[in-house]
Amino acid sequence: MSVNIEPSGHKSLATGSPAASPAGLGQPSLAEAGAGGTVAGGGVAAAFAGRRRWEFMHFALRNKKLMIGAGIEAVFVFVAIFGPLIAPYGVTKTFPPGLHPSLHHLFGTNAPFGQDVFSQALTGVRDSYMVGALGAVFAGVVGLAVGFAAGWRGGWLDELLQLLTNVVITLPQLVLMIVLSAYQTNRSTLFEGVFIGVTGWPWVARAVRAQTFTLKARDFVDLAKLSGRRASSIVVKDIAPNMASYIFLVFVLLFASSMLVAVNFDFLGLGPSNSYSIGDMMNYASQWSALQLGVWWWFIPPGAAMTLMVVALYITNVGLDEVFNPKLRQQ
Amino acid sequence: MKKVVTYLVAFFVATTVDWGIPHLMPGNPVEIYLSRFNISSNTQYVALQKTISESFGVNVPLWQQYLDFWKGVLHWNFGISFYETAPVTHIIAQAIPYTLALLVPAILLSYFLGNRIGAMAARRKVLDNVVLPIGYVFQAAPYAWLALLLAYVFAVRLRWFPPSLGSNPGIAVGWSWSFILSALHHWVLPFLSVFLVSFGGWSIGMRNLVIYELETDYARYLRSLGASQRLVRRYAYRNAVLPQLSGLALALGVVVGGNIVTEVVFQYPGLGHLIFLAITNEDYFLLQGIFMFIIIGVLLANFVIDIAYVVIDPRTRLSMTGATA
Repeated sequence: MSVNIEPSGHKSLATGSPAASPAGLGQPSLAEAGAGGTVAGGGVAAAFAGRRRWEFMHFALRNKKLMIGAGIEAVFVFVAIFGPLIAPYGVTKTFPPGLHPSLHHLFGTNAPFGQDVFSQALTGVRDSYMVGALGAVFAGVVGLAVGFAAGWRGGWLDELLQLLTNVVITLPQLVLMIVLSAYQTNRSTLFEGVFIGVTGWPWVARAVRAQTFTLKARDFVDLAKLSGRRASSIVVKDIAPNMASYIFLVFVLLFASSMLVAVNFDFLGLGPSNSYSIGDMMNYASQWSALQLGVWWWFIPPGAAMTLMVVALYITNVGLDEVFNPKLRQQ
Repeated sequence: MKKVVTYLVAFFVATTVDWGIPHLMPGNPVEIYLSRFNISSNTQYVALQKTISESFGVNVPLWQQYLDFWKGVLHWNFGISFYETAPVTHIIAQAIPYTLALLVPAILLSYFLGNRIGAMAARRKVLDNVVLPIGYVFQAAPYAWLALLLAYVFAVRLRWFPPSLGSNPGIAVGWSWSFILSALHHWVLPFLSVFLVSFGGWSIGMRNLVIYELETDYARYLRSLGASQRLVRRYAYRNAVLPQLSGLALALGVVVGGNIVTEVVFQYPGLGHLIFLAITNEDYFLLQGIFMFIIIGVLLANFVIDIAYVVIDPRTRLSMTGATA
């Protein structure tokens, strides 16, 4: 009784609807339509590497979405790196509480404490990025490993890994985090990032597995096999490069979704114990009734910054997708 | 068959993790419970400790406790809540209607509307320029932020809707018109914050998928045969809906998490808010019971999605009847 993206269904996917392989993604289905097409464009990569890079730059620089998204993101990365240095005040330095936003305090000060919200937001961006990056790397690595192994080896290993994937999908992340965090009361940013990664990989594994299946059937892979190379070397040197653009997009999306998941955790007070992220700010704002007291500048600007960070990633993703995959370019 | 095995394994793993909650937690549940009371005499304390241990069922070996837990799960018995001193199932039963009223319409409406509007936006420049940015902002907004924003604008500033709770505390809970109206009034904002985030995701996903489908060979062929634009779009839609459906299964966990955050922001008396209370009160048996319900709910929803997939995609039906195409 195989439904969904199981092997038997898969054969039809390969010929029928190509978009079906990279299914709806972790965050409510940012379904990655481009993937099927990008793989087809690969071929024997090395020989054309130089020309393709030039072509990539040509389209990249002319893609408005990519330029805008990447531009905004670059600003935030700058803030993440230098934020604590350019922050006008220390995070815990106090002023008269509840000051409205002004030139002295761009986002005002929070209510019972009187801390500068702008300085806290600048510092918070770093923590959110750290968790996003850690989550993306761990989820990406686990997802790729499981996906390649399942897709390449097939057979019982595939069955086993798919079972694992489906079980992880059905366990709600937040519920697990609550259990773990009650046990582990002193948590670090690393802990949060790794946790998000370790629970967020299933959709990557599914998509990569499906892609590996289609690539495995290509002639150049058969040639590589005939030449007697080891499986791991074929996967790394022949299969992965043909998915390079797709893998890159996966990391961009994982980065965005990890940051969003971290905001949820931090908001519920399940985040790292010693950090000051955007989610923490909203947590404190809500706990100290910023809503009822009308201290809107405590939670609206930091949340808006977070939203902008994620939107910029999504736009970058669409832009890159269009650059990699000519079919999607604006008509 | 394989799907059934997956569900059984997932259920087993989840139940085992769930059983571990009070055991993993720092401190002994019996002592936490007793620390709530001011017991001065030592002999009394020891005697109480013994009674409570027996009533919690923690005076038997670990494997026996594990088996007892399974027995409890099968009988819908999750013990007594520390905090409310009422049966856990009873407390959960009061919270479930609120969570279902929030989640079911939010998931279904956002899925159907998002798919429709996303498909409409694909390859239609004017509409696309509206849908794409709005969809991205909704999808990128953290649940907590969107909920706080809605509460601030529509409850604190405009006073159109109440900022918290599930109904007016002055009205008795029951099937009276005044209660239903009050509950609806309190429902709007939490619903909107769960709905909007999902809606953004579905519409963007559908837009991308339909664009992709419109560029495939079968769509080109149809067009070259002179088929109407509407017909081509209809076929594209039907193919694009499939990955969206498996995406729904993947997104469920995220939506449930978002729902917990939303309920906390609005103090909406559903399961999410109950979880929050259970954590702050160290009420582990209640936590255990809630998780069991959430896990069963997610598994059931996944099962329904699997069935829907078979209904929608004839190819999976083929492989199910044994003819491995």
